[in-house]
Amino acid sequence: MRKYSNIIAAYSIMLVLILLVGIFQSWSIALTILNYCLISAVMTIGANIQWGYAGLINFGIMGYTALGGLAVVLVSVDPVQQAWQAGGLNILICFWIIVVMVVLIRYLLKYFNKSKYRTYGIAFVIIGGILLLRLTATPGIEAIEAVDPAKTGFLGGMGLPVLFSWIGGAFLAGGLAFVVGKIALGLRADYLAIATLLIAEIVVSIIKHEEWLARGVKNVIGLKRPAPYEIDLQTSQWFINLVEKFHSKKLSMINSITERQDALSQFVIDASSVYVKLCFTGLFLSVVIVLLIVTQKALYSPWGRKMRAIRDNEEAASAMGKNIVKEHLFIFILGSAIVGIAGAMMVTNDGLFTPGSYRPMRYTFVIWVMVIVGGTGNNFGAILGGFVVWFLWVEAAPMALFLINLFTSHLPETNSVRVHLIESAPYFRFLVIGIGLLTIMRYRPKGILPEKIEIK
Amino acid sequence: MDFINAIVVLTNFTIIPALAYGSQLALGAIFVTLIYAVLRFANFATGDMMSFGTMFAVLLTYYFQSIGLGLGFLPTALLTIPFAIIMMILYMLLIDKFVFSYYRIKKSPPVQFAMVSVGVMFVTQAIIRIIIGPSDRRFLDGEKFILKATEFKEMTGLNEGLTLKSTQAITIVVTLIIVSIMFWFLNKTKTGTSMRAYSDNEDLALLSGIDPKRVVLITWVIAGILATVGGILYGLDKSYRPFVYFNNMLPIFAAAIVGGIGNPFGAFLGGYVIAFAEILITYAYKRFIAYLVPESMEPDSLMQLLSTDYKFAVSFSILVIVLLIRPSGIFKGKTI
Repeated sequence: MRKYSNIIAAYSIMLVLILLVGIFQSWSIALTILNYCLISAVMTIGANIQWGYAGLINFGIMGYTALGGLAVVLVSVDPVQQAWQAGGLNILICFWIIVVMVVLIRYLLKYFNKSKYRTYGIAFVIIGGILLLRLTATPGIEAIEAVDPAKTGFLGGMGLPVLFSWIGGAFLAGGLAFVVGKIALGLRADYLAIATLLIAEIVVSIIKHEEWLARGVKNVIGLKRPAPYEIDLQTSQWFINLVEKFHSKKLSMINSITERQDALSQFVIDASSVYVKLCFTGLFLSVVIVLLIVTQKALYSPWGRKMRAIRDNEEAASAMGKNIVKEHLFIFILGSAIVGIAGAMMVTNDGLFTPGSYRPMRYTFVIWVMVIVGGTGNNFGAILGGFVVWFLWVEAAPMALFLINLFTSHLPETNSVRVHLIESAPYFRFLVIGIGLLTIMRYRPKGILPEKIEIK
Repeated sequence: MDFINAIVVLTNFTIIPALAYGSQLALGAIFVTLIYAVLRFANFATGDMMSFGTMFAVLLTYYFQSIGLGLGFLPTALLTIPFAIIMMILYMLLIDKFVFSYYRIKKSPPVQFAMVSVGVMFVTQAIIRIIIGPSDRRFLDGEKFILKATEFKEMTGLNEGLTLKSTQAITIVVTLIIVSIMFWFLNKTKTGTSMRAYSDNEDLALLSGIDPKRVVLITWVIAGILATVGGILYGLDKSYRPFVYFNNMLPIFAAAIVGGIGNPFGAFLGGYVIAFAEILITYAYKRFIAYLVPESMEPDSLMQLLSTDYKFAVSFSILVIVLLIRPSGIFKGKTI
């Protein structure tokens, strides 16, 4: 039990903090924070697999998150028949052209010796392919984007239930990770960080500007939900009865019938939003728990030992006959796929897909801070990091505002310093996160809950 | 005549802007590469450090304008450069003392340095946003154009105008001055040689009696000059917005790596490579081609290789290609 006392203490403090938000602000906010904490936890599990288990530095988390979000659109949105008729054929042809190009290049690389002619051949295939792509794609894209641009103007998805998209997100992100891994995994650590960051930027800019795919910066709104809608709950009798039972004491204090009715409807509205968020919390929590069990098992399995051996001494591991390139690629795909799930979960939670919001600050660096602060190589630590850092990220502004008001209370309301500080309260979150990261890196470099390896 | 017109169009819309943008990137890229060569880490706070220096220039420009100090037809911001550089260097030395030096003495791996620089990035961003706010600011004053399109047309009688903004001219001239002084310093002076020795082989340099503290100090001083001047020139040419500066870190990194990270001359050229690639690939050649071919063959489309939305993506793709084909960059990297 003592072994786990640290973990239990840390998680209890976190839980108490979220409960305090529920009591002092509102339960709806507390649950929103909790949901995002859980999503961040999934992301940190993914990043921790790459960084903590294998020592691979992936600054492209933003790209995989965005692909997970894209998967939600591609899987769950109903197909736009008109758009498919208008330009679907061109897009399919383009897809096949790309496949043929890749096969041709692979063929050239495999069956011809390295020579000038092979290089020219590859260049010819690429340039010819791109020209062909442009010729076929342009009319198709124009036709698709012309189909009711205010509402659709894209191909839509497959119309499947939204939960499938979480798996779809994993596959999309894993696929990208395969390509990126093939390109970049041989690079030295800090080159790898920069390369993955820039590739993620390319991916996000493609998602942003290819409007036939997922409407780009015009956003997709009103995505399907795995939970009931608030408006349906508010009109269903069983839910109203439930709320009435829950609040019977408070309601019985009110004498007038109309007032009681008003109070009840207010309670129902509040409760419906809490209920929906609780549904999401349940879903996310189950994902986190499943992932945690699987990753913990993996960490202590022979595979986990192999990964640690590779991380700690590549040359020795390679001398023992481990295929480092293959293992690195595999773990890179695995971690990215988990990040893809998180991206899909997040878009499902929001109910809208906004490619413009994918920025490296929020989706790469903050996630990395979570992993470092929580504890690299320790899944409990990584999840805790997700909770702590997200909590700080959200609550830093209100806390800063409170402190500013406290310390400047002797100044008059119109004092320019006070006004300026109050206006800049939201930016204190960067300060808190930055100083937090620097402090942890300096005084507890292994994170709040450091990696503990015991051979079972 | 049509041929000259075509050349003028191309110069006006691609070559001059690319030269100016390339100079700004080059200064940033040399900053990255210098830190990488001497202090041995990828500095993720690059964009924000440039932003920090520029912030002082913006604030001082406003102050100088309010007391009526100026340079006539030149922008007031040029007057603020020395003060901004001093503030920047002080901030960098402060950060180095409290953050980086600890890891340098411990000889931490470069990844740890990179993570620490992420922390510095967060803190710097917070300080900037708390002091000046996140909004867009223009601080250019004085004469806007050296050569206006209409004047050029009158002068030459061509159909196409050539404009030369004063900021573009200032950018190119200042960059050339700063970079040549820097190369002279690195290659000809004793301190510069000791810096190169330190970067080449740290242990050997220490054995020959080179003071590491002095090398680090000088590096930060040069870095501060480059970062501040690069940031101010970019801000004068476009505008000052903290978020944009943070994003500029990415093409700057691309430029540094394309040129061969750790090699200042490579970084200098890398800046121009990236800038020209971005602008040439996303430029619509319709008007250029219209002058060159007979009227019947005039193209209908914009003749654009990629839409301008992909401006950043172009430079990153170049980086990926370079990493694939020649990971050490166009010029061999690693030491200065």
